[in-house]
Order: sequence, then structure tokens, then C-alpha cells
Amino acid sequence: MYTEKVMEHFKNPRNMGEIPDADGVGTVGNPVCGDMMTIYIKVKDNHLEEIKFKTFGCGAAIATSSMVTEIAKGKTLGEAMKITRANVADSLGGLPPVKMHCSNLAADALHAAIEDYHKRQKEVKK
Amino acid sequence: MPTARRIYMDHSAGKPVDPQVTEAMQPCDQSFYGNPSSLHQFGQEARQALEEARTKVAELINAERKETIIFTSGATESNNLAIKGVAYRNKDRGNRIITSSVEHMSVVNPVKYLTTKGFEAVLVPVDQYGFVSLKELGKELAEKTVLVSIVYANGEIGTIEPIKEISQIVHSKNAYLHVDATAANGQVPIDVQSEGIDLLTLSSNDMYGPRGVGALYVKDGIRVEPMFHGGGQERGLRSGTENAAGTVGFGKAAEIARKEMQTESERLIRLRDRLIKGLLQPIPYSFLNGHQTRRLPNNASVRYSFIEGESMLLSLDMMGVAASSGSACTAKTLEPSHVLLAIGLKHEEAHGSLMFTLGKQNSEEEVDYVINLMPDIVKRLRAMSPLTPKELKQ
Repeated sequence: MYTEKVMEHFKNPRNMGEIPDADGVGTVGNPVCGDMMTIYIKVKDNHLEEIKFKTFGCGAAIATSSMVTEIAKGKTLGEAMKITRANVADSLGGLPPVKMHCSNLAADALHAAIEDYHKRQKEVKK
Repeated sequence: MPTARRIYMDHSAGKPVDPQVTEAMQPCDQSFYGNPSSLHQFGQEARQALEEARTKVAELINAERKETIIFTSGATESNNLAIKGVAYRNKDRGNRIITSSVEHMSVVNPVKYLTTKGFEAVLVPVDQYGFVSLKELGKELAEKTVLVSIVYANGEIGTIEPIKEISQIVHSKNAYLHVDATAANGQVPIDVQSEGIDLLTLSSNDMYGPRGVGALYVKDGIRVEPMFHGGGQERGLRSGTENAAGTVGFGKAAEIARKEMQTESERLIRLRDRLIKGLLQPIPYSFLNGHQTRRLPNNASVRYSFIEGESMLLSLDMMGVAASSGSACTAKTLEPSHVLLAIGLKHEEAHGSLMFTLGKQNSEEEVDYVINLMPDIVKRLRAMSPLTPKELKQ
């Protein structure tokens, strides 16, 4: 059902955990649907210096979370905003069709975290 | 971390065929290839093998005579034949069909289908253990109710329904009672006469027989409209040349089940209770689904908070253990199991369910292996989950 790449990320998730003093935090999904993920970012010089995730969900939800952190780490905020759900799925060698919309939320969580960062920056300037 | 171990605890999804059954079936295709409807010796030999199998299946459920057993292609066909067949043939008696909220999809969907054909469907709720509400059932049994279909025991949470009491209520309003015994057959003694069952669905593979065979018990005097029209086999209720090898295997499986049921059930109950205890005791925020004692001997259904079922299944599979889950993420739909929701679980609780169904070849040592794996699996996934409360994090 899952590709080897998905299973590999499920077994050894990258960047799992929280960043207590994160610059931005994004949460998408909810436990009712069976998938929920939170992404934490630290930003330095407009780059994603650090990124971590926490996920409640199936194998695909965990693997996509892990994969998005790997893709995004070190990128500029602009580049990171361009990462799509399809990029994440492709990097994992594909996902089963039923998982494409329900468990492939990691890119959305990343975008939410970056938006949260921008919002906090504006508030600081005020 | 090489795992040479393979432990199968998903027997409600499929069972291995008993070697004695395979042996009994072996001569069929070579020796009994005549058509059971033919007059010659070849045909009559096949007929005899078929009727012996029918007798064995009838004996398993104490049917009044073997002719009440109609062989089908499996439980799905039996459920369809019972529900649609009785509804269509008895339209003159009414158009109301009652079923419970914990039925298998092969009951749920034929009933749903009938609502597009002028029938009225009523779902009777269950309590937190999955027991059908007898009070609600009594209330819903209006005069025009033609059929009530209730599962003997639920395959997901293991709850065994009080069929005899249900039958008394149903018969007091002159409706027919169909019982889906797919998950229960071969595990618990069923007596259609003393329990007051009018139609009963049986499945061969669920008692270690071959796939593609099942049966519907139809009590004498109950009119059923066939779904297949043709040569009029199986008392006209199921046309098509009989599957001699399959039914012989089914018959053998029924014979073995009848002989071994008591000792095997006692053994399974010991294993089941050991497994349930081992899955729950060392892990906080863990719960049993279904009733502690009034449950199928082989069913251990549990749930863990803050994590999701499929990720537990994958983790177990990596260690060679096969189980199943009530989570949406393992199914074709996004909704969690309707059975788990029907017993009052919240969506997120249902998503955290894990089901082990034991079988003949499972040993105490295998149960202990699974018990030892579970705490680390739950701990690892909880460490990843944003829902895990602070006190569980170390």
C-alpha cells in the first residue's frame, strides 16, 4: 500500500518534536478526521533555520510531516511557501489515492506556520 | 532489527483453511464431478456428498431438517438473500425493516437499498457495550414490520447479542427474525430452534472452511424471493449448479467446529483475557471496546487515546504482527467504523481503536509477544502526537 520511502519516514521521522521558542506555529486538520499536525519553525535571515513537527494520524500523515520538514529546512520563506502537497507526495514516491486529500496536510501546516511568523512580525513592528 | 516472526491475529478478516478440510475437499473435483441434478451415478455421488455436507451444517445450528440449509456463495449473498428475499416476497405483510446500528455492511447496504424500493428502514440503537436496545426494538416494531435483522455477535467489538430475548420481542409482533452469525458461527453454540431464529446467515471461511461458500438457514414456512433465477437449485432459492467441493469443505468445517467448539472456545477465552489484560494494564489511557465477558471468545478490541489506529497497525506489521483497526485511515472511506461510533465513541476515540482476533494457531507465547510490543509502540506514537497531554511526556 505504501512506498518504501513512506515507510522509511514513518519508521525514522525527521525533525520530530516541538520548538518551545518557535517564531511561527501552524496547526491543520483535527482529531475528528483522524489527522492533525503542528509545524514549528525558527526563522533566521528569512530562512527556515529550524523546523519540527508533531502529528496525530496514520502512516501517511506522519511520513508527509517528516518529508515536508526535510524539504523545507534551510529554504527561504518564499521558497517554502511554494512547496505544494503534490511536491510532498511526489518526494515520497506517491501516496495511495484515498490518502491524497485526508492525510497530505503537511504543506498546509508549513504554510500556516510561515503565515503565523509573518503575523507575529507585524505585531512586533506595531 | 530483523523480524522473522509472523503472527496472525486478524481472524475476523480471514481464516486459514483447516488442513482436514482441505483433505476432505481434495477428492471432490476428481471424483464428484457429476452434476448433482443428474440422474446417473456420477450425478448421484455428487448429490450424496452435497447432502452430507448439508446435514453437517444443519447439525451445527440444530436446524429441524437439512433442507432448511440453502448453500450460497458466502455471507454477503446470504444476508442479501435473507433481507431482500424476505422483504420482496412478503410485501403483503408490510414494508418496515428493522436492523441495528452495529450491523455488517452486507446487512446495512441491502437495507439501505430497499429504502429506494418503497421500504422503510429503522435503525435500533445500541448501548455503550453494543447491546441492542430491547426497549427501542419493542417500540419500533410497528404492525407493518416484516423483518428484523440483528447480528449474532459483532465482529469488530465482539459483543454477543441476546438473540433469544430479541426473538421473543420480534415474534410477539409477528415479524421475522434474520440473524447474521458470520462472526459467531463456529465459536459459540447456536441453536436456531431454541433461540427462535427464522433465518440465519453462516459463513464457511469464518469456521476455517473454504472461501466462496456460505449458507442461509430458512425456517420451514418462510417465503423468500430468490435473487438468482435459473435451474431452480437449492429449493428454487439459489439457482446455479452447486459448488460440490466448496460445500463438502464447508460441511467438514462445520463438523470440526461442532466437535471442537467447547475446548477451543475455552482456550481462546483464556488467551483473549490474557491479551486484553496485557494490552490495557501497562498502558495509561487505554480502554476495552465491547463487554468484558459477553463477547466472542477470540475478540480483543481496545483503544488508546491520542494516537491513530493505522499507525499502530503499521508499527505492529513492522514487527510481524497482523491486526486490524476501526480507524478510517485503513478503509476506503474517511469515516471511522460505524460500529465504534454507534457504541458512543467520539471520532478521535474510534480512530485510536485496535482489534486483535485470535484463531486456532495462536499460542500463549504469541499473545505475550504482542503484549510486550505494545507499550513501546504506543509510547513512540504518543511522543509524536500533538494531542498527548504533558503528564505522559518524559
